[in-house]
Order: sequence, then C-alpha cells, then structure tokens
Amino acid sequence: MATFTTTATIVAPTPPDYATRLRRARLGLLVVLTPVLMLFVSFTSAYVVRQGLPSLDPRTATLVKDWIPVTLPKLLLLNTAVLVLSSLFVELARQQSRGQVQAVLAAGEIHPRVSADDGMSMPWLSITLVLGLLFLFGQWTAWKQLAANGFHVDTTPSSSFIYLLTGTHAIHLMGGVLALFVAAIASLLGLSLTRRSIVVDVTAWYWHFMAALWIYILCLMEFAS
Amino acid sequence: MGLVLLLVIWLITLVSTYFFIAKTWWLPVGASAAAAGIDHHFTTTYILMGAVFVAAQLALGYLVWSFRDRGSSSSKVAYSHGNTSLEIVWTLLTTVLFVGLNLATYPLWAAERFDPAEASAVRVEVTGMQFAWYFRYPGPDGQFGSTKPELEDASAGGEAALGLDTKDPASKDDVVSGVMVVPVNRQVEVILRAHDVIHSFFVPQMRFKQDAVPGLAIHMHFTPIQTGDYEILCAELCGLGHYKMHGIVKVVTQEEFDKWLAAREAEKQ
Amino acid sequence: MVGGTGGGETITMATHESAAQESHAHAAPQGFIRKWIFSLDHKVIGLQYYFLALTAVFVGMFLSLLMRIHLIWPTVALPLLGDIRPETYLTLVTMHGTIMVFFVLTTAPQGGFGNYFLPIQIGAPDMAFPVLNMLSFWTTLLGFIVMIAAFFVAGGAPLHGWTGYAPLSALQSAGPGEGLGADLWIISIAIFCIGALMGALNFITTTLDMRAKGMTMMRMPLTVWAWFVTAILGLLAFGVLLSAGILLLMDRNLGTSFFVPLVTINGQLTGHKGGSPLLWQHLFWFFGHPEVYIAILPAMGMASQLLSVFSRKPIFGYKAMVYAILAIGFLGFMVWGHHMFMSGMSPYTAFAFSIMTMGIGVPSAIKTFNWLGTLMHARIRFDSPMLFAIGFVSLFVTGGISGPFLAQPVLDIQLHDTYFVPAHFHLIMGVASIFGIFAATYYWFPKMFGRMMSESLARWHFWFSFIGTYAIFMPMHYLGMAGMPRRYSQMTEVAYLHNLIPLQKFITYAAFITIAGQLIFVVNLFWSMFKGKKAVDNPWEATTLEWTTATPPPHDNFGGKTPVVHNGPYEYSVPGAPRDYVMQTDPEIEPAH
Repeated sequence: MATFTTTATIVAPTPPDYATRLRRARLGLLVVLTPVLMLFVSFTSAYVVRQGLPSLDPRTATLVKDWIPVTLPKLLLLNTAVLVLSSLFVELARQQSRGQVQAVLAAGEIHPRVSADDGMSMPWLSITLVLGLLFLFGQWTAWKQLAANGFHVDTTPSSSFIYLLTGTHAIHLMGGVLALFVAAIASLLGLSLTRRSIVVDVTAWYWHFMAALWIYILCLMEFAS
Repeated sequence: MGLVLLLVIWLITLVSTYFFIAKTWWLPVGASAAAAGIDHHFTTTYILMGAVFVAAQLALGYLVWSFRDRGSSSSKVAYSHGNTSLEIVWTLLTTVLFVGLNLATYPLWAAERFDPAEASAVRVEVTGMQFAWYFRYPGPDGQFGSTKPELEDASAGGEAALGLDTKDPASKDDVVSGVMVVPVNRQVEVILRAHDVIHSFFVPQMRFKQDAVPGLAIHMHFTPIQTGDYEILCAELCGLGHYKMHGIVKVVTQEEFDKWLAAREAEKQ
Repeated sequence: MVGGTGGGETITMATHESAAQESHAHAAPQGFIRKWIFSLDHKVIGLQYYFLALTAVFVGMFLSLLMRIHLIWPTVALPLLGDIRPETYLTLVTMHGTIMVFFVLTTAPQGGFGNYFLPIQIGAPDMAFPVLNMLSFWTTLLGFIVMIAAFFVAGGAPLHGWTGYAPLSALQSAGPGEGLGADLWIISIAIFCIGALMGALNFITTTLDMRAKGMTMMRMPLTVWAWFVTAILGLLAFGVLLSAGILLLMDRNLGTSFFVPLVTINGQLTGHKGGSPLLWQHLFWFFGHPEVYIAILPAMGMASQLLSVFSRKPIFGYKAMVYAILAIGFLGFMVWGHHMFMSGMSPYTAFAFSIMTMGIGVPSAIKTFNWLGTLMHARIRFDSPMLFAIGFVSLFVTGGISGPFLAQPVLDIQLHDTYFVPAHFHLIMGVASIFGIFAATYYWFPKMFGRMMSESLARWHFWFSFIGTYAIFMPMHYLGMAGMPRRYSQMTEVAYLHNLIPLQKFITYAAFITIAGQLIFVVNLFWSMFKGKKAVDNPWEATTLEWTTATPPPHDNFGGKTPVVHNGPYEYSVPGAPRDYVMQTDPEIEPAH
C-alpha cells in the first residue's frame, strides 16, 4: 500500500510584494540586456572581420586590405564625460527612490502615491534626463562634424561602423530617456510610489549598462584600428 | 490501431529502404579520382545510418503494437523513471558512432581541401555570372591577364564578358571558352570567381562542388579519370536564371586537349 | 472517467499576508475589446498567436502548392495568377520558407501553446509582464502584415530565398523583387525579432520567478523545459539576426558595403566594394541554426509529455531528457558553420564544425531512445494526441538520420544545395514539428475550449498527414542523391534532370492529397469549438497542473487559489496508488515496494 502524507494542495495566492516585484523587474532587465548585448557582440564581430578582411582587386587579381581608420571627433570625449556624469545622477535618483519606498512601507502606509511636490526636493531624475538629452545632442553634433570632414555613412567601412555603432547605441539610450521621462512625470500619471521606484531602479541599471556599453564602443572604435 | 500503426510504419520503412538498396535513383557514376573514396564512405554511412533507421522504426512499430492497452488482459505497467546505466551506454555508443564516422573522413577531406593543387595541374579560371559560366586558360606564359570590371560586356561573350584587359601583355595568350575542356588523368586546378552574386560550380560526376564568391578567388582541384561530357550545374541561388545556368566539362585525352588549346590560341592571332 | 482534482483539498491561509498589500492580480476584464482584442491574459494571447500561425500556415501551404505545380507543369497558366515565371517561382520559394519558419514554426508552438500553458503548468496566474506579452503578439502580427505587403509592392516579393544570401539580397538590381519587396522582407523580420524577444523575456522571467510552491525546476513538465530553453535560444539568437538585418538594410539603401564586394550587375558597377558575402552567412547562420532548434524543441517537449500520458508510464529518464534539452540548446550555438561547408570558408574550420555537428546528434538520439523506452512495458492508449506523438517519433527519426550525411563535409560536397537538404529539414521542421503542433492541439483543445474534437475526423487527419508527408519528402532524398539542385524553377534545361520528373510528379500529387487532408483538421477545429462534445476537466487523466483547474481555466488560471506541488509531472501507474495517475498537487506519494 502506498503511503500518503497529508499536506495542503491548494492555498490562497499571496499578491507579490514590493521586494518580489522589484526582483522580478530586475530579472526581466537582465534578460532584456542579453539580446542588446548580442546585437553589439554581433556588430563587434562584423567590425573585426571587416577590418582584417582583404578583398580581391579584380584589376590585379590580388588581395588588398582597405581599412582606413577614421579620426574620431574630440567631442566624443566630452559626450562620454556627460554620460558618465548622468550615470552618477541616475544612481543618486535610484538610491533616493529606494529610500523613500522603504521608509513609507516601514511606516505601514498602504497605497503610497507619488506626491506632486516630490520632484522638487532632490531633482536627480531631472538632471539625468537633461544630461541624457545633452549626450544625444552631442552625438548628433559629432555626426555633423564627421560629415563635414567628409566621412559619411558610406564613405569607408570604418566610417560605416562608426555611424552604425553610435547610432544604435543612441537609439537604445533614447529608450532609457523615455523611461526616465515617465518616472519624472510619475505624479502626473498617478503612479504609485512603489511602481515608480521599480521603474527608476530598472532604468538606472539600464542606464549604467548603456554608459558601460558606450565606453566599450568608444574603445573599440579608437583602439581596435 | 496498434497493429495498423505497426503495419504502416513497417511498410513505409521497408518500401523506402528498398529504393535505397535497389539504387533506383542514385549518385551518378563517379568520374574523378576522389569519387571512389567518397562513394565508399557514402556507402558506409548509409549502411550504418540505414541500420539505425530500420531498427528504430521497426522498434517503434513493434512497441506500439505490443504494449497497446488490452484492457484487463494487459500486463502491468513497469513503473520506472529510467535506467542510468543504459543512458550512459547508449550515449557513449552513439557518440562513438557519430563522431567516429566523421573522423574517418579526415583523410578524404584533407586530400580534397587542405592540400593545394600540384604544380603540374592544368589551371582553369572558372567565372560565374548571371547566368553563364566562362572558362579561361592562362596560355603558354602560364599567367592570367588582368581583368577590369569596367571593361565587362556580357552581351559580347568570351573575353569581353570577363572584362579582359587586352592591353595587359599577359592577356594576349589567354583563351576564354564557354565550354570547359580538360585532359583526363591530370589534376585540374580551378580558380573560382564570380562577378555579381554567389554562384556554385557543381559537377556531380566529379563529386565536386564549390561556391564561387564575388570578392574571392577560390583555388580547388579535382582529377578526372574518365573521358566524356559532364554537366555543370549552378548550385547556389543566383537569381531568376539559376535553373538554366549550366555548362559542360569535356574530358578528353591529353592529345585532344593540346590540339584544342592550340587551335584556340591560333584563332587569337 | 475521473475529473477534477485528486486527493484531499485543504485550503490554508498563507501566514501573514494582509489584504491591504498592493495587489498585482488584475480583475477579469470586461468588454469585448479588453477581453478578446487587447487582452492581457496569456491564454487569449496564446490563442491569438495560434490563429495567426494557422493563417500563416495556409498561406505557406498555398505558396508551396504553386511551387509544386510549376515544377512539373512549367508552362501551365493558372486561373487568376496566370503564368508562373522563373522569378515568381523563386519568390514563392522565398516567401514559403520565410513565412513557415517565422510565422508558423516559431509562433504556434512557443507563442501559441507556450503562452497559454506555461504559466498554468508551473502554477502561475499569468506571465510576469502581461502588457509586454500583449505587445509581443501585436508586434508579431505587424511583422506578418509587413511580410505579406511585400507581395503587393512594385517589383513584388523578393526572390533571394529565406536565407537571403548577399550580394543577391543586398543589391536592388540583382533581380525582380529585390527592390522595395526585399526591404519590406528585412523590416518584417526585424519586427518579428523584436516581438520574439519580448516573448522570450516573459517566458524566462516567468519560469524562473513565478513557479508555485513545490514546483522545483526538476518537477517541471518537459513542455515547460522545452519552452524555457527555446526562449533562451531566441534571446541569444534573434539579436544577431536583427544585427544582420540592419547591416543588410544599410547596404541596400545607404551605400555601405558590409556584405558587398566589388561587383557588377548587368555590366554596371554598383559602387560597393570590400564587403564580405561570407559575413552575412556567418551572422545569418549563427541565428539560423539555433532557430531550427527553436522550431523543434517545443515539439520534443510535447512528444515527451504525450508519450508519458498515453502510455500511463513516467517518461523514461526525465533527468536525461532535461540534460538533452540543455545540451541541444548549448551545442546549437556551436554548429552554424555546417551550413557553410561549400561557402569558401576555411576547410579546417569546416571540419571543426562538422565534429560539433555530429556531437549534437547525440542528445537527439538519447531523446529518441528515451521515447522508445517510455513505450516499453506501457499500456498505450491511441487517442488522437498520441497518434501524432507516435508519428512525431517516426518522422523525427527519419529526418534526423539524414543529418549525419549532411554533417560530414566530404558527403556534403555532393549533397549540399540538392533536394537532400529540403528532405532533411522538411521531415524535421516541416513535418515532425508540425505534428507537435497538431498533437498539442488535439490534447489541449478540451482544456482551451471546453469541448472535445472529433476523434474520427482526427484519425483521418492523422493518416492523411502521416502517409502523405512521407510520400512527399522521402522521395526528395533520392532526388538529392541523383543530383537535383535546390531552387530550380524548372527541370527543362539540364538533360539528366528529365529522368527525375516522374519522381517530382509523384511528390506533387502526394502534396495535393496531403494538403487536402489538412482541411479535415480545419473543419474539425472550428466545428468542434461550437459543436464538440462537452469536455470534463481532465479527459486524458493526466497529472500536470492544467488538468487540476476548470475547463476552460478562469481568468487567473486557478480560480482565486494557488496550487501547491508535491509530485513530479509523470507519476503514472505508481504501484499501490489508488488509480493509475497521481496529480502533481496530490499528496506526496511513496511507491509501494
């Protein structure tokens, strides 16, 4: 005769608490960053392959290498500084938001909403937003400088990759800017404090990833020539 | 239902195996030095894989019939979550079979692809373009003249189609042909090129296939051992004329080859 | 037949929760739009994916029918469509492959059944991110619309094959359809990538973070393992395909030369130089090979599930099955070069890829042994889901056996780009995987719609499909060995191909009959939704969590409750148990000795 131990088979569900939702959102972010990473890994491998690739010159039937390195505009260094600075500020925003939620939950508040004057006390989110937009504007200006020097997207293989890498990064950063904007107007949207905190947390980590990715791209373009 | 499944599975297995064994539709007769080795390995693979195929399908058919639910007269179900030793054994056996089979091809593959052509090989440059093959021989100077894309004129055929630079002294003795002629029992080195998109030079009876990629000049070799005419088919999708981009390899005696080449050289004067 | 949950049912309150905690569960939506169109419910989204795939498969089958007709009757003008020109044939080939691979095989098993049943099978009330889940469907649908639009623009749909090799796909002048049609094709695929990545995000997060109490990873059904690993494959592969698509769009429209060397088309220089056609192939196949495992893994999970349920036996070697799924997923990223043996790639690299490829045959073989082992000393019931599961095993063996031929480079010299290759991949993807979808449909139909499908129509469908697909694809092996190249729109130009026309005719006739047989399935599906016999909660007497809940499941899957799991998913015929199946939620069982 088989033995059965009596235990519960069904329970009332527990709605996920803040910690669970935060963990789940961060796990989601980790998962999302994987294909973003793969996109840039793929571009990197294309870059490396193309750089080392000799191609057949039909006139001489010999293989020649035709990689011409591009001098990067100095502006890119300034943009990098702006992005790194913005990363600092978004981290401040993340810490502050976390602190707010923890204080409020410890005090036993039930459905804390973002108050209208919340953004005034420490404007870390807004500063990050401004710096992010400044970075994007700086990238746009750098492109104009490249074009003025005669390097368009189709000029040389190296210039194609510069536009490709910086452009794709910029598009991804714009996504982060949008998320920051949503968090910044949280009170207008009626978001709960916990939900905003999760948005800020996930966006901050995403932002740090974008900053690190930018530094990688810069090094690739500058040193792997 | 179990019996019907068994019969259908066994029938499909045995009918399809029959056509493999009877070689009703089979590899064309090999005409190159590499063919014997390749065909031998093909046979080895198909006997081993065929045995696995037949065994697995017959077993499947048998099991679904033998262990069908017969109601109260069914024997007890063997409650088991598996057998680890069995798993290890069949994993090892399968690995040895699959990997071993492939490793056995190393000498064949090396001979085909690792080793460059012999110095005494007949050199032919094979160029694919939408939708024809052109063959160029270097002539007595042993050098291929230069080609320029801007000189290409496909409608004029021959040298113009390749964009041959007639000002280059090395081009003077280059022979361009729409038919590939090679002597028997001598290694042929092909240098594969393409003008526009990827094509593929496939001569089934020579057991030879290689993509012709624009931007590359790919060196390969094969050795025909039987005189005759052999079809060349394009084996990489290249556009709307892909199905009619074919040519002929004529394998002739050394004497006939020399005569042919000399005649073509003479025409050029 | 016994329905409902088994064993004792005790409801205990979780320890300290206050109702004031912010609730994440959303109430059931009201109104037609929120309920059926812009639904956040993973079950509705699953059905939306399923019906998208059903539409796509009929488009894809129709295209292949036209291909088969043209091959054997190249000069016949068809009603409405007129002449099929060689370039039109190639367009059919391209769009058939693209639509089937993306919008059928990557959509129905994963987006369809995965979305519907993964949360339920792990005891979750929904996917982790329901809004994103909804967006993933609408993105995929948008991709499909853009793909179909390619047929209707100037120049029509592209002719470069589903593999889109450059420079043919990179040059607008390389052929008809390579203009706007090709751009739309790339954009559609890019949109699909994004939709698929959104889906993968949900599958992975949900599986890792939302399993019910007691549902350890090693108690998950093999269907869940398959969906989970498939999502990981997608996560890693689709980003690479997206990158390739971006580079191709740039080559086509911005004058870059990632893939295009110095070439002339119709004697005209194109302005490109220095690019590498092989780079496209590497990027595409780095995605393309995991893609075929994405297409087959869910079906393998399904087969394991059904063989166990209908044999009334645990799956043979559950742990080995899990390791095999993981091995297939992992090794799947290391074999892409086997599509490129003849491409001009280094022969040394080619040989390395071939060894890895033979290696990946091993976990597939292990799974096959275990399926056979499950059937041994079983008590097999031949309900329609089981017929398709058995059919799957047979077709998977046949399709798999041709793999070791193609994986060996010396043999691939002869077989590459011949019909031997479509024989191989159609048997695995185009039939075995499809059988997985059929099996899942017959199995889960009662749970989704509360009614049974007609068993007799199902059997007709099975025999038409099983015999018919063998009749279509087995002869392609012979065609390939005899030297019939792929993607030839007609067989009129090369002398020895004339001898193969009778075999092609046989295949076309078989295709007519088999496709006609699929109408039986469609009739059965729609008729049964409204008129099928009412189903009980657990008609198959199966053990996994979806069978513990109502039919169809309520909005939050378990009706305001959360299951607690005590058993593995395959506890059938446990010695000494009161009946021949033990639900996962039943009290923990010790087999009698």
